[in-house]
Amino acid sequence: MQKKVFQLLVDNTSGVLSRIAGLFSRRGYNIESITAGVTADPRFTRITIVTSGDDVILEQIEKQVAKLIDVRDIKELTATSSVYRELVLIKLRTTPEQRQAVIAIADVFRANIVDVAPDSLIIELTGNLSKVDAFISLLDGHEILELARTGITGLSRGSDDVAYFED
Amino acid sequence: MIGADAMIQCLEAEGVEVVFGYPGVAICPFYNSILNSGIRTILIRTEQNAAHAASGMARMTGRPGVCAVTSGPGATNVITGIATAFADSIPLVCITGQVISELLGSDVFQEADITGAVESFVKYSYLVKNVEDIPRIFKEAFHIANTGRKGPVLIDVPIDIQNAALSKFVYPEEVNLRTYKPTVKGHAVQIRKVIRELEKAKRPIICAGGGVLLSNAEQDLRKFVEKHRIPVVSTMMGIGVMPSRHPLYYGMVGNNGRAYANRAMNESDLLIMVGARVADRAVSQPGLITRDKVLVHIDVDPAEIGKNAGPTIPLVGDAGNIIRDFIEEDFECEHEDWLRLLDEYRVSMGIKRNPNPAYVDPAAFITELSEKMEDDSIYVADVGQNQIWSCTYHIVKNGKFFTTGGMGTMGYSIPAAMGAKLAAPDRQVVAVCGDGSFQMSMMELATMRQHNIPVKIIVLKNNYLGMVREYQHYTYKDHYSVVDLSGSPDLEMIAAAYGMGFYRLENMERASEAIDTFLSSAGSMLMECVIDPMDLVK
Repeated sequence: MQKKVFQLLVDNTSGVLSRIAGLFSRRGYNIESITAGVTADPRFTRITIVTSGDDVILEQIEKQVAKLIDVRDIKELTATSSVYRELVLIKLRTTPEQRQAVIAIADVFRANIVDVAPDSLIIELTGNLSKVDAFISLLDGHEILELARTGITGLSRGSDDVAYFED
Repeated sequence: MIGADAMIQCLEAEGVEVVFGYPGVAICPFYNSILNSGIRTILIRTEQNAAHAASGMARMTGRPGVCAVTSGPGATNVITGIATAFADSIPLVCITGQVISELLGSDVFQEADITGAVESFVKYSYLVKNVEDIPRIFKEAFHIANTGRKGPVLIDVPIDIQNAALSKFVYPEEVNLRTYKPTVKGHAVQIRKVIRELEKAKRPIICAGGGVLLSNAEQDLRKFVEKHRIPVVSTMMGIGVMPSRHPLYYGMVGNNGRAYANRAMNESDLLIMVGARVADRAVSQPGLITRDKVLVHIDVDPAEIGKNAGPTIPLVGDAGNIIRDFIEEDFECEHEDWLRLLDEYRVSMGIKRNPNPAYVDPAAFITELSEKMEDDSIYVADVGQNQIWSCTYHIVKNGKFFTTGGMGTMGYSIPAAMGAKLAAPDRQVVAVCGDGSFQMSMMELATMRQHNIPVKIIVLKNNYLGMVREYQHYTYKDHYSVVDLSGSPDLEMIAAAYGMGFYRLENMERASEAIDTFLSSAGSMLMECVIDPMDLVK
């Protein structure tokens, strides 16, 4: 089993996300995370899927997704030649005494405090998977009330394999 | 002009001559407008069979078959037919009526999320939201259904869209699908590699699947293999790519196939799979066809290549294009010893049956029937023991053999035969089913009578769901469960009720004469062949 990150460029039709998610579920492929958002051209949506499987499964995932009529392009985003980012929001229970310590950890990770309440605060952090995981593990002594992760999105480095929009 | 008129004009622009269907309120504007066209409508007796009949027609014409049904239960009933076409890669355009757009999602009367429900059984589906989109959507639907790996496309049209006024109707000349461009031309480098392997091979073989027929490439394949004397086997869906008694044809492979065909495939040193999926019933152990041999896999669907077996040479493209490219290549190959060996296998590994003389022997009967059928006749096999016997003993001359090898849907043969007969009224069309599968589509005898579709039907009657009984015989030691078909109607009375000719054959004594009567009768006819309930295909 290995993990792979695929980036898809799809036609922004109604139901495109359910077609892709449905393909994964009926063929038994894993989705660790999926993110989607419209591109600079509103006719297209860019989707980043983190999945896992053996070589045969990963090859099938790429081919079966490519076969969907709405899919314009699918490519692997490799760790070495891509940038991955994930955004996480963490709501921590914090007494006034704990607050400064938490802010100090957040500073080290260049995270932002985006909300402060009398007994809690919300931290926003952006980074790659390992940074987010490391940050969450450092909060071990604190009570995490709620946590929301977006799943990663990414782009390949350079301009060599850009799938250009056509008219 | 309203949306419904536009839908009909699209069908006319696509050359559609027949629509199979079943109306309901939600598709009534469509069925009202169709009266102003030359398109023939066939009222099928249950929606599933509308898709099967469209499938039979598509397999004859090479163009998408069309069915149109209403919303809710009409749409959900057609799903099995759509799934069958999807598994068998048959091009269909299926139109469903839908409730008023504004009410979508509110669970009103006869509302079903049909685009959601068929998602995994269609190449693509559309929910029409704007009447002006109808020409583009129909153009795309016909294009998608009949290009690349063929399959069904569904168009769901809410009734208010069918009734909405259209500002102007222009049927697009071409499709503009940014994201759908199937590869149909084989890669020249890969083609050269295959030719080099053919030059080297001592024991080459081609395994042809339904893709060769879908690509209308039978004649090209025959030309190519005759030129280089390459032996051919086929999958179930590929039956008919070669005449059954062609000296270079060695039968159907698979767990229900000919032993010598499987042996030929296993002992080959170069196996060229063309338009075949390497599916479980054809190749139960994909490991065997990749070990000790060069595997070439030719398919228009790149996702099929490497799915079940990793080929040495993958070759994406349309079977016909690639075979014609092969014909153009100038090369020599020599393997007469291999052909002699295969001919020995064909003689020594034939099936030995001990038929019970008290009954009709399906093997001898089907052989004799097909010998007496016209040269270009169409034989449609259903699902069950009848299908396996048909695949094994039917002799294709220059006609067609249809069955559902992918989905294996019981009840397919009668509606599919009706579709084929409508597409080719001058050709002999025979449906062969069991008493189980016959009763799944028996209601269509009325459709045949109403619309004068003279299909001839054989029922191999053993009062059992024979294929399952056979499985329970081997797997559960004759512990039979829910396979007894007692209570079935008297077929002679059924035939009389529908105004059909009837013949009951109880043993082989008068088989020859019975078949002559059956085939020469004018109009539709039902022939019941009483077979041994304990007979086995294996």
